[in-house]
Amino acid sequence: MLSKMKTTAAAVAVTSAFAVPASAELTGDLTIFLDTSNPAPRATMEAMIARFGEKHPDLAIETTVIDREAYKTQIRNFLTANAPDVATWYAANRMRPYVEAGLFEDVSDLYAEPEIAEALGSTKGALTIDDKQWGVAYTYYQWGVYYRKDIFAELGLSEPTTWEEEKANCTKIVASGRACYTIGTKYLWTAGGWFDYMNMRTNGFDFHMDLAAGNVSWEDDRVKQTFMNWKELIDMGGFIADHQTYSWQEALPFMVKGEAAAYLMGNFAVAPLREAGLTDDQLDFYQFPTINPDVALSEDAPTDTFHIPANAKNKEAAREFLRFATSAEEQTIINNGKNLGQLPVNAASSVDDDKFLQQGFKMLSTNSTGGVAQFWDRDAPAEMAKVSMEGFQEFMVKPGELDKILAKLERARGRIYK
Amino acid sequence: MTVSSDIPEAESWFHRNQQRIAPWLFLAPGILFFAVYVIAPVFQSFNLSLYEWDGLGEKTYVGMRNYEDLYWEYVDRDAFFTSLKNNVMWLFLYLLAIPAGLFIALFLNQTVRGIRLYKSLFFFPFVISQVVVGLVFTWFYDPSFGLLNTMLGWVGMGPINVLGNEHLVTYGIVAAGLWPQTAYCMILYLTGLNAVDPEQIEAGRLDGAKGWSMLWNIILPQLRPATFIAFVVTIIGALRSFDLISIMTQGGPFGSSRVLAYYMFEVALSEYGFRMGYGAAIAVVLFLIMLCFIAYFLWSMYREEKGH
Repeated sequence: MLSKMKTTAAAVAVTSAFAVPASAELTGDLTIFLDTSNPAPRATMEAMIARFGEKHPDLAIETTVIDREAYKTQIRNFLTANAPDVATWYAANRMRPYVEAGLFEDVSDLYAEPEIAEALGSTKGALTIDDKQWGVAYTYYQWGVYYRKDIFAELGLSEPTTWEEEKANCTKIVASGRACYTIGTKYLWTAGGWFDYMNMRTNGFDFHMDLAAGNVSWEDDRVKQTFMNWKELIDMGGFIADHQTYSWQEALPFMVKGEAAAYLMGNFAVAPLREAGLTDDQLDFYQFPTINPDVALSEDAPTDTFHIPANAKNKEAAREFLRFATSAEEQTIINNGKNLGQLPVNAASSVDDDKFLQQGFKMLSTNSTGGVAQFWDRDAPAEMAKVSMEGFQEFMVKPGELDKILAKLERARGRIYK
Repeated sequence: MTVSSDIPEAESWFHRNQQRIAPWLFLAPGILFFAVYVIAPVFQSFNLSLYEWDGLGEKTYVGMRNYEDLYWEYVDRDAFFTSLKNNVMWLFLYLLAIPAGLFIALFLNQTVRGIRLYKSLFFFPFVISQVVVGLVFTWFYDPSFGLLNTMLGWVGMGPINVLGNEHLVTYGIVAAGLWPQTAYCMILYLTGLNAVDPEQIEAGRLDGAKGWSMLWNIILPQLRPATFIAFVVTIIGALRSFDLISIMTQGGPFGSSRVLAYYMFEVALSEYGFRMGYGAAIAVVLFLIMLCFIAYFLWSMYREEKGH
């Protein structure tokens, strides 16, 4: 095994000198399962796979696109019963159950290859469990505050950088008869995004990760401080009413109609906002403001990933596909504004000149020194994520019940982490 | 055939026992599938509920731990308590479909021009999918553009967010469920009313029965079979309520509209659910509740059969 690893490494080292793929004569079948079921990502992926197929004409590639939500439950079945050679998934704790059940292939050897080690360094941590890497990232995107520039101009506001400025802005927005933020918490995870930012800004990245890992009590005073800061916004009427009945898409019209001034969201919110008629003169982006000046800024930047199931049949071709998908050239293409419209994971590829992607890329590479989080429901174990996000939703509706909610989360912590 | 009748001593075992075997042969496919797909899973679920299993890795035997956890959730008024409480609410409120269905059936049981059309219109909600019913009612209740709040606005009442209020949400969903269920009960009663004996009505009328007393003493006793079936399907329907909750609220807000069936799905099979054993334990509890009703139904059917 070890000697085989060495020879592969040697072969890679030799071939990489000529910049020719190690296995130009790939044969057999390659089955790829994708969860990119929305039209644009689907077309992007299919085009990329077609380009891969042109390079390897002897390889019979079969692609199956599964509905994004259905994929989340189907993955358990197909990884055990009918494994493809490549499957999409998410980084961090979201892949842990499959890694621990031995259903994902260890691809640390890819990260040992010099060109990948350098190019994919930024997402390596998110794909590492037990010092091994279990997949590669193919795209990621920033989170932050998307706001109505025209409303800010009308009220004479500027992008806030501190919590005081944020609250001052919000007071003025509320006084003008609007809500500061739109949000739809029906499917819970949007509240998880708010918690990520409130907690990372109040207590810092490391504390946040400790909490996700179950090492800190939910009844800790520092956690309470996070919620107290959040409560200030809730109490001043900062969020739209009845948000517990809306999905994140149903919350968009409030911002489009100008009933809310901003939205804390991932970059994927830009496309529907533009489609709804907001121009780039009306729409802008700022980094979530500092709350506690003593902690370094850290951001949410969820990463979407490719994995090789342990039961895959053509792992050689699968590895080649992973190399291809993360190459600088492909990363530039698939993440550009016409395709995914997100950020490339390869350090050597270029970011699309869309203003939101440029701002997001700059923020993540220069102004997120505390660390980069995946997202609450990917960083915390599935069960804890579910229970806690339900708690966040309840807190946003009934902030007075905080102690009861935290006690419930603390009980859940005692049960979930063993 | 001719051969066997010519030589009676050669008659096979099958021929001799044909009378007794035939019913079993006809029942065999049904029994087989019932055993494999209904009876066996009952025992499998019970077995699974004694384990801790994420659906992927190794199972660990934990004995009654899952049931203990359920008990504590009940004591702490946590998710299991909420689900159980909502299930009870569903059970009682859903039964309103029976009287409602009866009155619509009585109302439609007349011969006027185009009555078939009216009947089909009333039956319509039962034909469309529960998903559509759920969506329609979600929009109806919507706090920003829903018809309900618009109508409340006409009479000067403030907007209410039915699906976003933890006290109202279950009533809201049950109301949505009653719409198709009432139609179902109505059809059962309409067929039942066809079988009502006109002579008895005549006799009752001669004895001075009319209005309520006619309904209560003459009509209803004759509708007993229809009432029984309506009761069975409504109880079962209430206990397996799942689609509407999944469509309208996903168990929310903050888990206050869950019922046992949905909670089971949540902990074992949903996006964040990895507790197969725990889900199985909830399924067993739900099964035991259903078993009370099923036993009662079987017993009363058995009694009925014996009476004839």
